Amino acid sequence: MLYLRLFFEFFKTGLFAVGGGLATLPFLFNMAESTGWFTADTIMDMIAVSESTPGPIGVNMATYAGFTTAGVLGTICATVGLVCPSVIVIIFVYKILEKFKGSSLVNNVFYGLRPAVAGLVACAGLQAVYPSLIRLSEISGLTSLLSAIQWEGIILFVALYFLIKKFKKHPIVWIAASAVIGVVFQFAA
Amino acid sequence: MNELFDLFLTFARVGGLTFGGGYAMLPMLQQEVVGKRHWATEEEIMDYYAIGQCTPGIIAVNVATFVGYKNRGVLGAIFSTAGMIFPSLIIITIIAAFLQNFAELEIVKHAFAGIRVCVGVLVLNAVQTLWKKGVVDKATMVIALVVFLGMLLLDVSPIFFVIGAGLAGWLVKKAGGAK
Repeated sequence: MLYLRLFFEFFKTGLFAVGGGLATLPFLFNMAESTGWFTADTIMDMIAVSESTPGPIGVNMATYAGFTTAGVLGTICATVGLVCPSVIVIIFVYKILEKFKGSSLVNNVFYGLRPAVAGLVACAGLQAVYPSLIRLSEISGLTSLLSAIQWEGIILFVALYFLIKKFKKHPIVWIAASAVIGVVFQFAA
Repeated sequence: MNELFDLFLTFARVGGLTFGGGYAMLPMLQQEVVGKRHWATEEEIMDYYAIGQCTPGIIAVNVATFVGYKNRGVLGAIFSTAGMIFPSLIIITIIAAFLQNFAELEIVKHAFAGIRVCVGVLVLNAVQTLWKKGVVDKATMVIALVVFLGMLLLDVSPIFFVIGAGLAGWLVKKAGGAK
C-alpha cells in the first residue's frame, strides 16, 4: 500500500509542479509534513545530492525520497509517479500542436516564444554560474571587491569558452576535465 | 524496436551526462538529439522548452516525451522518458544506500565547483545558438532582453514570461500584418 501511496503522492507533485525540478520542493516539504516519510533535514540532503549528481534535479529528488521511504521498489514508484503526468500531458499537447501546425496563430506565438527561451536559459545559466565567479555576499566596500572575485573560476570560464569554440568535443569531455581541475586546484564550492 | 532502444540509450546518455537540471541539458540535447540523431531541429527543441516551462512536470522529461512521441509515438515517449530517468535511479539509489554524506565530501565539492563553471560556459554556448535562431528582428530582441532582465530582477514564475512572450509575438505579427 505504501508503494501505491508513494506513486500517488509523486504523481500529484508531477501534475502540479510547473516549471522544472526545484518547483517540486514545496511539494516535498508538504509531503514530509503530511506523511512523515522523511524530515526537512533529509530534504536538504536530497537537494545537495540531486544538484551534485547527473540527471534532472526533480527526478533525482523523487528517487532519493522513494528510496528513503520504501527502498529500491520505492525509487521506481516515486519516479514513475513523478513523470507520468508529464508524459500524458505532453502527448496531448503534441497532438494539439500537430493539428494546428502551420496555422499563423501557432507560428506567431512561437515567434514570440523562441526569443523568450533564449532569455530564460541565459538567466538560469547566469544564476547557476555566478557564485563560482564572484561572491556577491562578500562585497561590503571597494576593498572587499577584489577578494570577492573568484579568479580561478573566471580563468577557467574564459579558457573553456575559447577551447570549446576551437575544439569541437563532446560536452562531457569538458565537464570531466573541469571536475579534475576543480579537485586539483581546490575550487571553493 | 531498434529505434526505441536507440531513444532509450540516447536519453539515458543525456540524463546521465547532464549536471544541473533542465537548462544544463541543452548542450547535451543539441549534441545528441539535434546533431547526432536529427530527431528534432534546433527550433523544435526551443519550442519544447517553452512548452515544457508552462506544462506540469520536469522540463527534461517533457522534452524527452516530445522527441520520443514525435519519432515513435506513445512507445517512443515511454522509452525516451525511461531512458532519461534510468541513470538517476541507479546513481541516486547507490548514493542514498551507501554514501549518505556524498554531497559533504571535500572531493565532490571541489569537483562540482569546477563542473559548475563548465556548465556555465556550455550553457552560454547553447544560448548563443538559441539567440541566433530566436532573435530575428527588433521585436524579438526586446522580448529576449525583457525576459532575461525580468527573470534576473523579479521574483516571478517563468510561466508568466512564457505566456507574455507568446502573446507579444502574436500581437506583433498581427500588427505587422495589418500594415
